[in-house]
Amino acid sequence: MTPKSDTLLAGLKNQDPRAIGRAISAVENNSHEAVALLSALDRDRIHHVLVLGITGPPGAGKSTLTSSLIRTLRHQKKRVGIIAVDPSSPISGGAILGDRIRMMDHALDPDVVVRSMATRGRLGGLCASAGATVRIMAASGCEVVLIETVGVGQSEMDIVRLADITLMVLAPGFGDDIQAMKAGLLEVADFLVVNKSDTQGAEALCMDMEQIFSAKEEKSGIKRVLQTVATENSGVEELLDSVHSFSLYITDNGIKEKRRDQALNAETLDWVIEMLRPRLIQALEKTPGKNDPRLRAEQLIKTLKLQ
Amino acid sequence: MTTEQSPYRVLIGKPGLDGHDRGAKFIARALRDEGFEVIYTGIRRTAAEIAATAIQEDVDVVGLSSLSGAHLRLFPEVVQELKNRGGADIPVLGGGVIPDEDIELLLKKGMNAIFTSGTPAATIIQSFTTASQQHRDHDAQK
Repeated sequence: MTPKSDTLLAGLKNQDPRAIGRAISAVENNSHEAVALLSALDRDRIHHVLVLGITGPPGAGKSTLTSSLIRTLRHQKKRVGIIAVDPSSPISGGAILGDRIRMMDHALDPDVVVRSMATRGRLGGLCASAGATVRIMAASGCEVVLIETVGVGQSEMDIVRLADITLMVLAPGFGDDIQAMKAGLLEVADFLVVNKSDTQGAEALCMDMEQIFSAKEEKSGIKRVLQTVATENSGVEELLDSVHSFSLYITDNGIKEKRRDQALNAETLDWVIEMLRPRLIQALEKTPGKNDPRLRAEQLIKTLKLQ
Repeated sequence: MTTEQSPYRVLIGKPGLDGHDRGAKFIARALRDEGFEVIYTGIRRTAAEIAATAIQEDVDVVGLSSLSGAHLRLFPEVVQELKNRGGADIPVLGGGVIPDEDIELLLKKGMNAIFTSGTPAATIIQSFTTASQQHRDHDAQK
C-alpha cells in the first residue's frame, strides 16, 4: 500500500471531501494508488448501497429530477452520492460538464457528494471508472448513489447497467426521441418517470408507457409508471417509495445480486480493455496496415500472445 | 499507470450577483475545444459554493468571471474559501471587466492570473494549460 492511498483511505472514512475527490481522480486516471485504494474499501457499505440509474433524452429533466431526489433523500437523512455523466467531444476530447448547475442548491451540504464525469469517448474505461466511483462514494458513507446520464449511445447505456435500479425519465413532446430509445432503454428501465406531468400530452404518454410496462408490473405488483413535476418536487416522494419497495423486492428474490454480478462482469471486462489499450495501440502501430481489418485484428492478438 | 495524460479538469464559475455569462461560456467552450473537461457551475454562486464544488470535482484550476465590479471582494473570497477547505494548492484565474490598477492587487491576494476584455483567447487558454500542468506537477511531487 502506498502512503498516498493510506491518506486517501483515512480521508474517505472521515468523509473528507478532498480525499473523496482525489480518490475518484485516482481511479478515473488509473493511477498508481488505484489498486491499493480499491482493494481496501469497506465491503459491507458497498454491499448495502443502493445504486439508482437515471437516464432519458436530453431536456426531459434528468438533472432537475436528480436534484429533487437529492432533496427528498436528504429529508430522509440519507447521505447521497451523484455521478453525473456527460459526453466528451469526439474531436477535442474535452467536455462541458453542466449537470451541476441544477444541483447547486446542495453545493454546501457535506452529505451530498457530486462528481461530474466525462465519457472520454474511448474504448473501455467509463464503466470501470463509474463503478469504482460508486464504491468510493459508498465507502465514504453514501447510502444511495445516483448515476445520471443521457440515455443515448452505447457507453451511456452500459453505464446505466451498473445500477441496481434504473429510472427512465421522459417528458411529453419528445415523440421521435422516445421512438429511437424504445428498443434499447425501455427494456432495461425498471421505472418510467413521466416528468413535467403538468404539461400537455402527459396523460397520453403515461397511457402509452403503462401499456408497455404492464407485463413488468404484474410480477412485482409495484407501480412502474410514475408522474413527477421535478421543478415543484411533486410526485418525487411517491417515486422514492416505489423505488424502495422495488429494492426490497429485487433483494428478496435474488435479482439484485444477479444484477450486481452482471455489473461486476461488465466492469471487469471494461478494466481489461482499458488496461490492454496501450499495448493494443502499440501493437497496431507495429503491424503493417494494408490487410483486411478482421485479419489484422487476429494477427494483432497473436502478437500480444493472448491466445 | 497512465500512458497518456488524462484531460485537465477545470471549474468555470461566476461568483456574485452578476448574470452576464457570455464571457464565462465562451471560455468554457474554448477550453473544451482544447481538450479540457470543464465543470460549469452557472451564474450567481457564492464563493463558498464555488470552492466546495472545486474540491468535490478535484479540479486542477478554478476560473472566475465577473463583469459587475465586485471582483476585488469576490475573487479573493474564492481563494480564501479554497484555502479553508484544504485546496490552497488549486490555482484561481479570473477575468472580466477589471481596471488595470486592480490587477496587481488581485495577484497579491493570491490570484494566479487576471484577464481583461482585450486578452486573446489563446493567451487565456495558455494560462489555464500552464496553471493546470503546474498543479499536476505539484501533485506528483507530494
